Amino acid sequence: MSAVLALQVDGLSVTHAAADGARTVVSDVSFSLPRGRILGIAGESGCGKTQLLLALLGLSPAGAQVGGSALLSGQQLVGADRRVLRRLRGNRIAMVFQDPMTALIPYLTIGTQLAEVLQVHRGLSKSQALLHSQQMLEAVGIDAPARRLRQHPHELSGGMRQRVLLAMALLCEPDVLLADEPTTALDVTVQAQILDLLLDLRERLGMAVVLVTHDMGVLAQVADDVAVMHAGVLVEQGPVQQLFDAPQSTATQSLLAAARQLSPTAQGLV
Amino acid sequence: MLSFIGKRLLVAIPTLLVIITLAFALLHAAPGGPFDSDKVLVPEIRAAIEARYHLDEPVPMQYLRYLGGVVRGDFGPSFQYQDSSVNDLIAQGLPIDLAIGLLAMGLALLIGVPLGVVAALRRNTVWDRAASAIALLGISVPTYVTAPLLVLLFAVSLRWLPAGDWGEGALRNLVLPVVALSLPYVAYIARLLRASLLDVLHTPWVRTARAKGMPWRTVLLRHALRPALLPLVAFLGPATVGVITGSIAIETVFGLPGIGRFFVDGAFNRDYTVVMGVTILYGVLIVLANLLADVVQALLDPRMRP
Repeated sequence: MSAVLALQVDGLSVTHAAADGARTVVSDVSFSLPRGRILGIAGESGCGKTQLLLALLGLSPAGAQVGGSALLSGQQLVGADRRVLRRLRGNRIAMVFQDPMTALIPYLTIGTQLAEVLQVHRGLSKSQALLHSQQMLEAVGIDAPARRLRQHPHELSGGMRQRVLLAMALLCEPDVLLADEPTTALDVTVQAQILDLLLDLRERLGMAVVLVTHDMGVLAQVADDVAVMHAGVLVEQGPVQQLFDAPQSTATQSLLAAARQLSPTAQGLV
Repeated sequence: MLSFIGKRLLVAIPTLLVIITLAFALLHAAPGGPFDSDKVLVPEIRAAIEARYHLDEPVPMQYLRYLGGVVRGDFGPSFQYQDSSVNDLIAQGLPIDLAIGLLAMGLALLIGVPLGVVAALRRNTVWDRAASAIALLGISVPTYVTAPLLVLLFAVSLRWLPAGDWGEGALRNLVLPVVALSLPYVAYIARLLRASLLDVLHTPWVRTARAKGMPWRTVLLRHALRPALLPLVAFLGPATVGVITGSIAIETVFGLPGIGRFFVDGAFNRDYTVVMGVTILYGVLIVLANLLADVVQALLDPRMRP
């Protein structure tokens, strides 16, 4: 394990300006993530998971107050210069968004959308960037990648678009990958493929992953550590097995109970 | 794409046929005829005139005769302007309307697009409010008010520009009519673009682009502005025809010899062929403009490609 953590978050808070005063959506969140580890963040919808990830990218909504500290391989993200943050985004810290149907722009080809990442961060020419993008599409298990580059998002299935988003996030081989419900919109078989892919890439690239989901079954499959979020606060965190065996907080217990009710496989895994 | 355009042109034929038939029926259903006037004509002379223009034939015969002419590109003689065919009148007036209309639309885009973009990017600031105020003014004050006001200020008081007249299309003579005609469209374009750009800026794909670390300029130009232009293109098709044909008030205020004047005079005098000819011309323009808008939209949006 390297001396510097991939991601170290200390007392991170996000407060949104609302009509009826300020609203704290992420409150005093702390965790550390070594290279090559997968941290699962679980919690019900609206508990602040996505806002936490957006704050790490420096993409909190206009007027939001972000406090605390977040170090990406030792570099402070909170309050960093906008230009510095922009150069880190998609490069050293990348995000895979929740809904593959809307996260890609419908008007540009897959190739253009992938290549521009390398053109901006690596200064590659368009043709070099396309070549590299094609290799990345192949790496995430997309067949006929050369043809996909010339296609538009509406010509691809949901599972394929999710793979494209994953490939897009991986192009610059980031230190930290933030994945926001990357499998929620997909059917079960595709979900399993994407998760396998995530594990495989973590292995090969040694990147750290923050995997946000409300699905405890998914976490049981892939996470090393799990943190449970409730109303903007991390109520419990620890190694996955420990947390599943002896959940301390009521939030964890109710998430586990819900998972057991919905999916017998999750119970088997636990 | 070519077969798409071909199909659309084929569909345009029945559309135009319906326009021609309806216009013909309405004109002939209206009371009075082209040679009715206060002084009573000698019956023999009247009969001779009507025979010359085939007005003595039954209406269905006249309709078929007219249709035959249209197919050959002949819109017939004008009843009111002796010795002039409708084709002559259109050839005379259309270039003037085209020049004024297209220049006005170009000017409207040149001002309206940046205004809309600034209003969207600086939402709820002084810039946005100023742009919205200009837009509201442009929409709510009609051309027949702004045109005389412009004349009063720039022609009568300041004496910078001529108050009217075509002047063989000299730039000095074009400025005021073009500005007056473009003002409402500046407003429409700015408001439309502000709304659609705000929509696009809140889409997940713009968030993806920012999460990828794209520079703000790239996000704006490549990921946001292009989709935001789609509703504008849909509007521009019919609007461009509107700006070419809808300049009757402008023609009147500035004394320009465009088509609008012939059309209005023709309607008052039951000048069947002039009214029909201009109606068909407008119909063709609208069909073509919509086709052009569809083609541009398909170029911008791959999902709309046939």
